[in-house]
Amino acid sequence: MNIDLLTLVTFFPALGILLLLFIPKDKADTIKSLSLIIAFVTFLISLFLYGAFDPIANGMQLEVNLPWISSFGISYHMGIDGISLLMIILTTILTVLAILASWNSITEGVKGYYISMLLLQVGMIGVFCALDLFLFYVFWELMLIPMYFIIGMWGGPRKLYAAIKFVLFTMFGSLLMLVAIMFILFEYQSVTGEFSFDMLKIISSLSFGYQEQLWLFAAFALAFAIKVPLFPFHTWLPDAHVQAPTAGSVILAGVLLKMGTYGFIRICLPMFPDATITFIPYISVLAVIAIIYGALVAMVQKDVKSLVAFSSVSHMGFIMLGIFALNIQGLEGAVMQMINHGISTGALFLLVGMIYERRHTRLIEDFGGIAKVMPVFSVVFMIVTLSSIGLPLTNGFVGEFLILLGTFKANVWYAVFAATGVVFSACYMLWMYQRVFYGDVTKEENKKLLDLDLREKVILLPLIILIFWIGIYPKPFFDKIEPAVKNVLEQVSHASSVRLTDDYEIIAIDKEQPGQEKLTLNLSEESDKK
Amino acid sequence: MSEYLYLIPLFPLIGFIINGLLMGRLSKSIVSIIACGSVFISFLISLFSFLELKSLPVANRLLEQTLFTWIPSGDFHVSFGYLLDPLSAVMILVVTGVGFLIHVYSTGYMSHDPGYQRFFTYLNLFMFSMLTLVLGDNFLLMFVGWEGVGLCSYLLIGFWFHKQSATDAGKKAFIVNRIGDFGFLLGMFIIFWHIGSLNFVDVVAKAPEVFVYGGAVVTTACILLFIGATGKSAQIPLYVWLPDAMEGPTPVSALIHAATMVTAGVYMVVRTNVLFVIAPDALMTVAVIGAATAFFAATIGLAQNDIKRVLAYSTVSQLGYMFLACGVAAFTAGVFHLMTHAFFKALLFLGAGSVIHGMSDEQDMRNMGGLRKYMPVTFKTMFVATLAIAGIPGLSGFFSKDEILWKSFSSQFGHPLFWVIGVVTAALTAFYMFRLVYLTFYGKERMSAEAKSHIHESPKSMTVPLIVLAVLSVIGGWVGIPHIFGVTNYFEHWLEPVMAQTASASGAEGHALLAGGGDAGMEITLMVVSVLLVLISIFCAYLLYNKKTEISTSLANKLSGVKSLLLNKYYVDELYGGIVIRPVIYLSLFLWKVFDVVIIDGLINGMAGWYGDISDTFRKGQTGRVRTYATVFMFGVLMIIAYMIMDI
Repeated sequence: MNIDLLTLVTFFPALGILLLLFIPKDKADTIKSLSLIIAFVTFLISLFLYGAFDPIANGMQLEVNLPWISSFGISYHMGIDGISLLMIILTTILTVLAILASWNSITEGVKGYYISMLLLQVGMIGVFCALDLFLFYVFWELMLIPMYFIIGMWGGPRKLYAAIKFVLFTMFGSLLMLVAIMFILFEYQSVTGEFSFDMLKIISSLSFGYQEQLWLFAAFALAFAIKVPLFPFHTWLPDAHVQAPTAGSVILAGVLLKMGTYGFIRICLPMFPDATITFIPYISVLAVIAIIYGALVAMVQKDVKSLVAFSSVSHMGFIMLGIFALNIQGLEGAVMQMINHGISTGALFLLVGMIYERRHTRLIEDFGGIAKVMPVFSVVFMIVTLSSIGLPLTNGFVGEFLILLGTFKANVWYAVFAATGVVFSACYMLWMYQRVFYGDVTKEENKKLLDLDLREKVILLPLIILIFWIGIYPKPFFDKIEPAVKNVLEQVSHASSVRLTDDYEIIAIDKEQPGQEKLTLNLSEESDKK
Repeated sequence: MSEYLYLIPLFPLIGFIINGLLMGRLSKSIVSIIACGSVFISFLISLFSFLELKSLPVANRLLEQTLFTWIPSGDFHVSFGYLLDPLSAVMILVVTGVGFLIHVYSTGYMSHDPGYQRFFTYLNLFMFSMLTLVLGDNFLLMFVGWEGVGLCSYLLIGFWFHKQSATDAGKKAFIVNRIGDFGFLLGMFIIFWHIGSLNFVDVVAKAPEVFVYGGAVVTTACILLFIGATGKSAQIPLYVWLPDAMEGPTPVSALIHAATMVTAGVYMVVRTNVLFVIAPDALMTVAVIGAATAFFAATIGLAQNDIKRVLAYSTVSQLGYMFLACGVAAFTAGVFHLMTHAFFKALLFLGAGSVIHGMSDEQDMRNMGGLRKYMPVTFKTMFVATLAIAGIPGLSGFFSKDEILWKSFSSQFGHPLFWVIGVVTAALTAFYMFRLVYLTFYGKERMSAEAKSHIHESPKSMTVPLIVLAVLSVIGGWVGIPHIFGVTNYFEHWLEPVMAQTASASGAEGHALLAGGGDAGMEITLMVVSVLLVLISIFCAYLLYNKKTEISTSLANKLSGVKSLLLNKYYVDELYGGIVIRPVIYLSLFLWKVFDVVIIDGLINGMAGWYGDISDTFRKGQTGRVRTYATVFMFGVLMIIAYMIMDI
């Protein structure tokens, strides 16, 4: 039998869950090792996926399309483009690292914990592969359950509050999304006479009226914006991060937040192009607010983990801004930044987790002078810090730069305000670094801290390599992303009020006058010639 | 024949990687061999490439090497590529040459420091970044070096990271630089979206066609780039980080905060001179900021007591000179002063380091005095440097400073007022430098007996670089002797290819500016005036700080208000703290504690609470008593029946 790669990569962790069920719950080591092996093999499969992926081909690849519940037109339709491909690999890498990071810190309910992790992985990969709205929704909700348990059972002191807040926020959004999906289903039936949830079919054969688009876009956008999280829907995030165990935070920041931005790219933009154009200013302004707001609030946090959480709000704002720049640079930068944020913030949470395991505190004021006692840890932390503030030759710069470059073309003022984030990120990260790592060791408990051990180094090394690889030679990644991004832009250009230029820029038709191509730049040459 | 260009930054990078990865596992001598050796090889290759460039016909003096595509995104393509032209050739020689000397010096200066290897690791990383900055063939690669040197500056200022003041200074340097980078980034965006490339060669070729002379776009772009330059090169209003940067080890101050990194802003303006000459308003801004900074920083330098702080403000002031030169479109003069300043200011800092080293880490000049007999080599070399910076005829500083003064007067972008500010600043410079020399090396020995017993001349590894730099401080200016002395100005000729493009860019204006203009008689007169003023102010310094020190005390008492204003640096740090930093912190706290917690979460929890209240109310109906249920049930049935009857 010929099992296709996408099914394999998605459900291999589920196979692992089946195996885990047969292992007695007191055999913690076996459970841990088996989960690690499963996660690692999943990672290897995702590398095969990378090999099988054709960077030049347009559209979806490695598609599988089987009927599932035919009476409602629900199909098992999977397929990936360059964006999903990279997100899948990010997921598989981070899952391996998250499992390694839980090795010593999760001591109770080990079996349930690792089953949750693997189940979470099924959901995440599934979302990135699904091309059927119903399937998408199933995977989307599937992620929620294990994450709820990971936070609620293995979390910190206020874990229940955080877990419930997380679930309620997310459920609120996804309910509206479900309504919107149903609406699309019936709309499709009224046009074509049959039921279908197939995204590709919907995009190609349905064109919604403007009013409908606005409502549908809003419903999906709310679900995704909560997930991102876009200001002002972000307040669940700091609580969830602070209470979640390290691995939970890593997956949450690294992958789950990307579901929101991925949803915008995969569903909102192609399906509702007119609404997308209408919503540009609103979402862009919220994104700019998120960038500055997240950074400012991060600056005054007392807990390192909530500082990183608020920095995520800021970074995710950049990604949203890049997506709604609607040009190649902005979108590619955004996709790149989705990966980068997974790497950098993932690494930051891992690092914070490592020091937490030693000191059982994350308050900045409890540290000081750590550079003296844990030199290797400090160097790694510095590298990740630099990547987070987007220093050139680290991954963070590539994404942030392209986002700002693209945004600048779309709207100068968004770019100007967003670029202040470059300054603020340096403020909050370096200030935190200074208070934690520099100075004299003032606390007795900090004097005997052990530096990183082998397991921890193994966890961090791949991320460090990725930080520099993407920072120095990101071309292989861009080669994968570019066709997908162009495809999205082409779909958005179906909106009635815009057209696509040869260099894949979306410009408004009604404002367009002959000889004035550069109208989107406020500082146009017209003003010069007077 | 340019396939080897990448080797110039590569060697320090290799040094960084080896020393960095084998941290704590190498002996000090191996560390220093790797660190100094890699820079020395870079220097040799730079020299070789310089000679090769020189052997080419003037029109072809441009070597390029593209290594690989760095960021490809749609139409946006940026490569990792290096560019050697007369301008970057001068820069790499200064950077690797002075850099090598400072590396050697550091082997002596840092010999007792437990962070020896870490120090050299950072230093090599700095060399790599700085060379990438000057050799990069496009804006973005320059930006890589630009941020890279900023990082190294941050790490090295905060090198002694147990000191709060040091890490504060490092952080301040990085953040203030980032404010400048904000401008740099936006400037790059304008350039890319108009020219379609960030490559210097493309920009030079296309800018004159794309941009309108004096247009708003090019002016905005130039001013944004210049904001970047004010951050890196410590100009008003972003100069505040440089004096604090003196918290770093003294070789760092010499290398990064005097000779190389801080001149990056000047280099950037010169590199993009093609844009600036078509934006006269931007040029004017550069000149005004440069002149203002030169004067302003010099006044602060008059009152400082910390030997390194005097030099720091002096550096800010001299950088102001360089920008003044750029602002009057005398880019060659700016680069010339950049080079001579690298020699004598590096020497001054290293000399100060030698003093600090010999005085057991004392930096306050009030606790020094009479050191010339204990430290003869340090004294002599520093004295030479002081003469050079003061602009005594014949020494390097004289030629470069004089050229700037003359151009600020005679250039078509110049103005007599610029000249006046320049000359007054030159007099102030001479004054505070001789004050420094007199306080340190002459007069009463004011140090404690304990400190006195340890005073010693520095080891060879430190004094030899001092001597080499002293020689350079004397002869370094001889390559650029003005035409009026009847000799060829080699320096100007050398940089002509870079500036010639400028000339063609701005058409008639450019040619006028290259031709110079003004008459020789005027040039001589102005020169004599400035030299006389300098001599007078040296004499004043002699009187106040050597001959009749009581006058300076009584003067200080009379002018105590002015003195404390200067000593406290016009309270600019306090001002920034009050109007920028604290409000931002308070705003952030407000956003967090009020907006996030009270408003957003309050709304949401409020909604949840409201929902809960409603549920509570309804719950009360669920009493569990069958009689109640039956009553309600009956009531309901009656209602339905009543409804049906009425309907009929």
